[in-house]
Amino acid sequence: MSTMLEVSGLTHQYGQGERAHVAVQDLTFTIEAGQLACIVGPSGCGKSTLLRCISGLIPATGGSVRLHGDEVSGVPDDLAVVFQDYGRSLFPWLTVAKNVEFPLRWQKVSKAERQRRAAEVLESVGLAGVGKKYPWQLSGGMQQRVSIARALVSRPALLLMDEPFASVDAQTRGELEDLTRRVQRDLGSTILLVTHDIDESVYLADRVLVLSKSPAAIVADLAIDLPTERDQIATRESEQFVSLRGEVARLLQSPQVQRTGENAPAETPAATTGTDDTTASDATAASETTAPAEATGAALSDGADTAEAADAAGSPDPTAASRS
Amino acid sequence: MSTTTAAANRGRVLGSAAVTWLVLAAALLLWELVAIGADSVYFPRMTDIIATGADVLLSGPAWRLMLGDAVFEIVLPSLATALGAWALSAALGVALGTALGRSSWAMDYCGTLISFLRSVPPVTLMPAFMVMFGIGVQMEIAAIVFSTLWPIVLNTVDGVRSVDQVKIDTARSLGTPRRYWIGMIVLPAAMPKIFAGLRLSLSIAILLMVVAEIVGGSGIGLRISTTQSTVQYTEMWFWVLLLGVLGYALNTALLAVERLVLGWQPARGDDA
Amino acid sequence: MRTFAKGLTGLLGFFLLWEITVQAGVLPDYWVPPASEVATTFVELLGDREFLLGVIATLLAWLIALGVAVGIGVPAGLLLGSVPALQSASRALIEFLRPIPAVALIPLVMVTIGSGPDAKITLAVYAAVWPILFNTIYAFGEIDPVLLDSARATGANRRQALTWVALPHAAPFIFTGVRVAASIALIAVISVEYIAASEIGLGRYILEGGMNNGHLDQVMAGTVLAGLAGWAINSALVGSGRRLFRWADTEERATR
Ligand SMILES: Nc1ncnc2c1ncn2[C@@H]1O[C@H](COP(=O)(O)OP(=O)(O)OP(=O)(O)O)[C@@H](O)[C@H]1O
Ligand SMILES: [Mg+2]
Repeated sequence: MSTMLEVSGLTHQYGQGERAHVAVQDLTFTIEAGQLACIVGPSGCGKSTLLRCISGLIPATGGSVRLHGDEVSGVPDDLAVVFQDYGRSLFPWLTVAKNVEFPLRWQKVSKAERQRRAAEVLESVGLAGVGKKYPWQLSGGMQQRVSIARALVSRPALLLMDEPFASVDAQTRGELEDLTRRVQRDLGSTILLVTHDIDESVYLADRVLVLSKSPAAIVADLAIDLPTERDQIATRESEQFVSLRGEVARLLQSPQVQRTGENAPAETPAATTGTDDTTASDATAASETTAPAEATGAALSDGADTAEAADAAGSPDPTAASRS
Repeated sequence: MSTTTAAANRGRVLGSAAVTWLVLAAALLLWELVAIGADSVYFPRMTDIIATGADVLLSGPAWRLMLGDAVFEIVLPSLATALGAWALSAALGVALGTALGRSSWAMDYCGTLISFLRSVPPVTLMPAFMVMFGIGVQMEIAAIVFSTLWPIVLNTVDGVRSVDQVKIDTARSLGTPRRYWIGMIVLPAAMPKIFAGLRLSLSIAILLMVVAEIVGGSGIGLRISTTQSTVQYTEMWFWVLLLGVLGYALNTALLAVERLVLGWQPARGDDA
Repeated sequence: MRTFAKGLTGLLGFFLLWEITVQAGVLPDYWVPPASEVATTFVELLGDREFLLGVIATLLAWLIALGVAVGIGVPAGLLLGSVPALQSASRALIEFLRPIPAVALIPLVMVTIGSGPDAKITLAVYAAVWPILFNTIYAFGEIDPVLLDSARATGANRRQALTWVALPHAAPFIFTGVRVAASIALIAVISVEYIAASEIGLGRYILEGGMNNGHLDQVMAGTVLAGLAGWAINSALVGSGRRLFRWADTEERATR
C-alpha cells in the first residue's frame, strides 16, 4: 500500500498575539491509499481546522501536508471535500446535474462526457432522474447525496468529509454511511472523515484517530478490524463492535483527551469490556443540536433578506416620491 | 393575523387575479361617482379621462394600429430615454458594485461617500446638469443615471458580500479557476440582491424622467405641466394616471425577467 | 471610530478630486464651481439668517410629513397585513398608485392646494407613505406561523400573541420602512420647493441660484447641505435602529 496523505508536525493558529488560539498543534499521521479513516474528537478541538488545512483551503501556520508525495499549497486537483452544511454547499442557482458537473468544467472534459459522468455518479448515489431539479426541491438527505456525488464525479484520490451526516435523520444517516463504504470500495478511493459520533466512526472506518481537546493532538490510532462487509444491525450488535466502541468512548473520556495544554502521548490503552455510553450520547446530542441552531441562523438571515427586499421594493416608490 | 404559509399565499395570489381586476373596476367606478358628486374642474370624471386618453393615444391611422402621434412623439421617446439611461446605469452600477464589493477596503472609504451621494436630491442638481449638457436628452440621461446608479451599486456590493463562506470553500475545493470566479460564483449568488436594486432604480428612473422632462420641457413631463397651465385638467389627469400604468407594466415586466433569471430560487411570496 | 475616519477620508478625497479637476481645467469651471468656492458659499450661508430660516422651514415640513406618513402608513399596514382578504384586494390599487411619482402630482397639487407648506407636506406624505406601508404589510405577512403557534401554545390568547410576538417581529421591518421614508420625505420636500417654487425653503433657495445663471456655487452649496442632512438623518436612524433592535440584523444589512 502506498501512502496517500502525510501530515507532519501540522500546527494551525488563529489570530495573532493576545488573541491567538492554537487550534491544531503538531499533528503527525499518515493515511494509506484506499483507507477509510475516521477522526473523532471533542467539539471544538480543531477537526474542521485540520481538514481545512489538509484541503489547502487555509494555509497551516506550521508543519506540512503531502498528498501522494507533493507538498500541498492551495487546493490540490485530485482532492474533494464534502461539507457538513449541505444546504449551503450546493449552489442554489444550478440544477442538481449542473452542480455535479461543476468540478468537471475546469477539466478538459467534453460537455457530453460531463453529462454522462454526472448522470452516472448520480445514479450510483441513488439519485437517478433528479438531475433537472434544483437543490431546494430535494430533501436534506438527498441534498447531501448530491454533494457526495459532486465530490466523487472528478474521481478524487482523496475525499475529505467534515461531519457529512450530522444533520440528516438516523435512517438516512445509515443509508449514507453504507453508501460511503460502497463507493469507497468500488472506486478504491481514500477517505478521511470527521465525525462526532463514536458509533459512526467505528462502523465506517478501517481506522479511527482519536483527537484530544483543543489544541488537537492524536491520542490514539485504532485499527478497526471488523469484516469488510458491514451491516447496520448485525455489525452494530457484534461483540467486536461493542468493545471497539467502548474503547473509543473511554479514550474520549480519558484525561489525555480532556487535558488542556501539553501534548498527550499517542499511546493506545488496551481495550476493556463494558461500554460507557455517556460520551457517545453526549457527542450525538451535540451534533444534533447543530441543526436547529443553523436553522435559526438561516431564518434570521432570511428575515434580513426580506426586510431588505421589502426595503428595496418599498423604497422605489418612496424614493420616487422622495425625489419628486 | 395572517397565518398563511408562503405556499398558501401563492395560491391565493394566483386565484386573486380576478379579484385584482374587480377591485380596479370598483375603484374606477367609485372615482366616477365621486367626481359626478364633486362636480369640480380639478377632479374630472373617469369616463372623461379615459375618453381623452383614447383620443390622445388612438387617433392615428389604421396602418399604425390606430396609435396616434402622441405615442410616437411623446410616450415612446420618454420611455426610451428612461429605459436607456436605466440600462446604462445597471451596467455601470453592477460593474462598480462588484469591484467595490470584492475589495476588502474600498467600501470603508467609499461607503460614506456613496450614502452621501444617494442622499443628494437629484432634482436640485438639474441646474448643474443643464449647464453641463444643455437642455435635451443628454441632460435627461445624466440626471437619470446619477440618481439610479447608487441603489444599484449598494445592492450589488451587498450581494457580492453575501456569498457565504461555505460556498466559497466549496468552489475553491472544486478547483474553480480565478477567472471564472465572478461569473460562476459571485454574480449568481448576488443576483437576487442585484435585482432588488434594479427594481428600485427602475421606479427612480421613471421619476427622474418626469422631473427632467418638466424642467427640460419635453415628453410626458412637459405634457403634464402644459396641460396644467392651459387648464386642460382632464388630459393632465390622463398623463398622471398613464405614468401609473407604465410604472406598473415596467415593474411587472422586470419581475417576469427576474422570475426567469432567478428561476432557481425557491418560490417566495410575491414580493412586488 | 476608525471606520468613521476612513469614511471621512473618502468624502474629503471626493471633494479634493472635485477641486483638483476643476482647478486643472479637466472640468470647465462654468460647469461646476471648484469645491473651495462652494465651501466658502456654504460657510457664508450658515451665517445667513434668512437662509437658516428657509432650512428650518424645510426641516419642519419634513418632520410633519414624516409624522403624518407614519400615522397613516403604520395603522394601514397593520390592518392590511393582518387581514389577508383586504391585502389581496388592495394589492392592485397599491401596485398601480405606487409608480406614480409625486413630482407628476405637483401641477395637480399646485392648482388645488397652491405652493405653500400644505402642498409640500401633502406630496411628501404621498411619497413617504409607501415604504412604511409596504414594510408593515410584509412584516406581518412574513411572520413564521410556527412562532405564533408556539406563542398560542404557551397560553397566550390571540391579542397577546399579536402584541408580544407579531409586533416585536414586525418592529424592525417597520422601522426600516420609516427610515427609508425619512430620506424620501426630505428629498420630496426639497424637490417640491424647487419645482413648485415655494416661497421659502432650501429647495427654493437652490432654485434661485439656478435661475440667476452663474450662481452654481449657490446651487451646489444648497445641494451639498441637502445631501449632508439626508445622510445624517439616515445614519442617525440606522444607529438607533441598531440599538433598538439588537436581536435582529435587518438594519445592518438593509442600510449598506
Ligand atoms: N476562523 C476562526 N478564527 C478564530 N478561531 C477559530 C476560527 N475557526 C475556528 N476557530 C477556533 O478553533 C477551534 C477549533 O475549531 P474547529 O472548527 O476546527 O473545531 P471542530 O473540532 O471542527 O469543532 P466541531 O466539532 O464543533 O465542528 C475552536 O476553538 C474555534 O473557536
Ligand atoms: Mg467542525
